[in-house]
Amino acid sequence: MPELGHAALLVTLGLVLYALGAGAAAAHLGRRRLAHSARNALVAAFFSTLVAAAVLVTALVRHDFSLVYVAEHTSRELPTWYTISAFWGGQEGSLLLWLLVLTGFGALAVRLNRRWAGDLIVWVVPVFAAVATFFAFLLVAVANPFETQPAPSDGAGLNPSLQNPYMLAHPPLLYLGYVGLTVPFAFALAALLSGRTDERWLIATRRWTLLAWTALGVGQLLGAHWAYVEVGWGGYYAWDPVENAALMPWLAATAFLHSVMIQEKRGMLRIWNMVLVIGAFSLSLFGTFLTRSGVVNSIHSFTQSSIGPWFLGFIGVTVGVSLAVLFWRLPLLRSPTRLESPFSREAAFLYNNLLLLALCLTILWGVVYPLLSEAVRGESVVLGRSYYDFFLRIFGLPLLLLMGMGPLVAWRRASFRSLVTTFRWPTLVALVAGVVLILLGSGSSIPGLVTYTFASFVGATIVIEFARGTRARKALGATSWLGAFTSLIGRNRRRYGGYVVHAAIVLLAIGVAGSSAFQTVAPDTKLRPGQSMRVGGYTLRYRQLTQHQGANALEERAHLAVLRGGKPLGSLAAGKNAYAVEQQVSNEVGIRTDWLRLEDLFVIADQIDPNGTVYFRVFVKPLVNLIWIAGIVFVLGSVITLWPDAREQRRLVSRSYEVGIPAASS
Amino acid sequence: MTAAALVLAALLAAGCVVLVALPFLREPDPESDDLGELDEAERQRLELLEARDRALTALKELEFDHRTGTVSDEDYRQLVGPLRRDAATALQALERERGEAAADEDVRKGRPTRERTLSG
Repeated sequence: MPELGHAALLVTLGLVLYALGAGAAAAHLGRRRLAHSARNALVAAFFSTLVAAAVLVTALVRHDFSLVYVAEHTSRELPTWYTISAFWGGQEGSLLLWLLVLTGFGALAVRLNRRWAGDLIVWVVPVFAAVATFFAFLLVAVANPFETQPAPSDGAGLNPSLQNPYMLAHPPLLYLGYVGLTVPFAFALAALLSGRTDERWLIATRRWTLLAWTALGVGQLLGAHWAYVEVGWGGYYAWDPVENAALMPWLAATAFLHSVMIQEKRGMLRIWNMVLVIGAFSLSLFGTFLTRSGVVNSIHSFTQSSIGPWFLGFIGVTVGVSLAVLFWRLPLLRSPTRLESPFSREAAFLYNNLLLLALCLTILWGVVYPLLSEAVRGESVVLGRSYYDFFLRIFGLPLLLLMGMGPLVAWRRASFRSLVTTFRWPTLVALVAGVVLILLGSGSSIPGLVTYTFASFVGATIVIEFARGTRARKALGATSWLGAFTSLIGRNRRRYGGYVVHAAIVLLAIGVAGSSAFQTVAPDTKLRPGQSMRVGGYTLRYRQLTQHQGANALEERAHLAVLRGGKPLGSLAAGKNAYAVEQQVSNEVGIRTDWLRLEDLFVIADQIDPNGTVYFRVFVKPLVNLIWIAGIVFVLGSVITLWPDAREQRRLVSRSYEVGIPAASS
Repeated sequence: MTAAALVLAALLAAGCVVLVALPFLREPDPESDDLGELDEAERQRLELLEARDRALTALKELEFDHRTGTVSDEDYRQLVGPLRRDAATALQALERERGEAAADEDVRKGRPTRERTLSG
C-alpha cells in the first residue's frame, strides 16, 4: 500500500506545518489551547510518520518491487534482517528514519519536561516543528520513499558492505545521535526566543544530550568495528569524510557536556553554551548532508542525489536564524561571575573546551577543503591521514592529560601547594609507567609513549578519586566498603559516571596508540597451499582454499593454521564473498584474538588466483581489543550518568511550584 | 489509490484532526485562555532559587571534596567563606522577596499587613 505511506507523509507534513504556525502564534500571543493543540499536532505527527515507516517496512519484507526504493535496495535472496535494515540503507528510507526519530523525540521531550518547564515547552514545539517540516517536505517533494514503478521480477540487492550485523545497529545509532541533538537545540532556541534563559533549558536537555552523545559514540565504535572486520583494509578509522561527519558533532557535544557544568556550578559561559548547542546541531545536519548528498567521495556515500542544495540551504537558514536570535538575546546572557583563577576546575574545563573545538574545526577544515579546492581550483585536494594524525596528537594528547587534571582541581581556585599535593601520586605513577615502557621497548614511537604515560596519569587520578570517595563514604557511616562504593556512585552519578566514561577514553587511547604506533605489518606475501610465513612471533601455514555457496554470495576462503613458538593455536580463514545479484566482491578478513595479550592477528586475502595461490597481507595489532572493551565501559559510564535522579526531579518540580510555573497539561 | 489505502488514510487524517482539535473540544468556552506567563517578580524568584540551589550544591560538593582530600585544608578555608556568603545572600534575598510578595498579596486582598497589625 504505497499510497497509504505517501498519504501518511502528507498528513505528517500538514501536522508539523500546523505545529509550526500554531505553536509560534500560541507562544507569541500567549494562547493556552492553541499551544496544547500545536503540541498534540507534534505528537500526532509521530504516529502518522510511524504509519509511513510501517508501510515501508512491510513493503520491504514482502519484496514489493513495485516500490522503486524496495527494488533498488533489496533482492529476493537478501536475508530478512538485511532486508529490514535496507530501511536505512538508502537515502529516502534514512530520511524517513530521521523524521520518525525526530517526531518521537520531540513528543517525548515535550511530555517529560512539561511539569516544570511548561512555559518553555510552548516555544520548544514550533522549533521542533520547523526542523520536522524540512524533513517532511524532503520526503514528500524531493526524496519520496513511496515512488512506484511496474514491478521487476527481482531487486538490485543491498550494497554488500552493508550486509553485516554491525550495519543493523551502526546507522540507526548514528541517526539517534544526530536527531537527539535536535532536543538541546530546540530547548536552547526556545529559551532564547522566550527570553527564559534561566538554567531550566540546560537541565531539560542534559540527559538528551548525553543520550545523543552516547548513541553517536557507540555508533562510531560499531562503525569502526564494522570497518575493521568488513571493509578489510587493516584498520578501523580512516578519517573518511563521513566518519568525520559523525565525529564532529560528538566533539561539539563533548565540549557542551563539560561547559554546561560551568554554567550550572558558576553561572558562566552562557553564550558559549548556546554556541556549542547550535554548533552541535548544525554539525549533525552537516553530517547527514555529507552522508546522503553524495557530495564527498566516501565508502559510506551510497547515493548521488538531489537533496544536497536543500540541505545546504537548511543548514544556512538554521545557522543564520540561530545566531541572529542569539545576538538579539545577548543582554540576557551576560554572566554574573567571572573566572577567578587559571588554576581552577572551570578553567580546566574551559581549556578542554578550546582543545575540543580546535580539534573539531581542524576536522571540519579537512572535510570541506576538498570541496572548496574543487569549487575554486577545479581540482579536489584531499587532506590525508597525516594531516588528521598530526592534529589529533597536537590537540588530543593535551586533552587526555586535562581529562585527568580537571576533576582533581577545586572549583574557583586552587593553591600551588594544593596542586602539588593533589598531583604527586598520579605524576609518580605516570613517570614510573613511562620509564618501564621505555625499558620494555616502547620508545620506538614517541606519540605512543606519551599517550601511554598520559593514560597512566589519568588512570591513576580516576582510581584515586574512587578510592578517596569510597573511604569518605565509609567514614560517613556506610556499613561496608561495597555499600560505601555504591552509595558514592548513587549519590553523584553524574560525577562518578563521568569518571567511568573517562576510564573508557583512557582504554580507547591505549588501544589506538597500541594498534597504530606499535603494530607489526608483514609485506604482501604470496603463498601456495602448504607454504608458511612468519609475522610478529606467529607462524601461518596456508592449508587449503575452499568455496561455499552462502545465502546470497559465493564464499571463497583460504584456511591457515596458526602457530606460536611451534605450538598450534588453531586456525583462521580469510577470503572473499562474490555477490551475484549486486555483482560485487567483498573482502572477508580472518581475525584471531588473543585475549591474554589483547592483540589480534589480522589476515587479509588480498588476491586469490584460480590455481589456489593467495597473496596475504598480515598485521599483528597489539591492544586493539581495548578499543572495543572501551565501548562497553563507555556505555556503562553513560548509563550511570543517564540514570534518572529522583532528588533532582523533586527539586526541580518543587522549585517550579515555588515560583508558580504553570505545568503544561497532559 | 486502492480503496483500503484510501479508507486507512482518511481514518489516519481524521484521528490526527481530532487529536489536534482536542484542547478546543474539551474546553470550548474556557474562563481563561492565557498561557500564564511568569511576571517579573516570579522570574526574579526563579533566579534566586537557582542561585540558592547553586550555592548550596557548591557548598555540599566542597565539603565532600575536602573530606576526600581533593581540596586541601588551606583551599577549603579560602573557599568555604565566599560560598557560605553566597548561600546566605541568596536565602536572605528569597526571604525578603517572599515577605514582599506576602505583603503585596495582603494589600491586594485588603487585609492589614503584618507591620500594620503589629503597630496597631
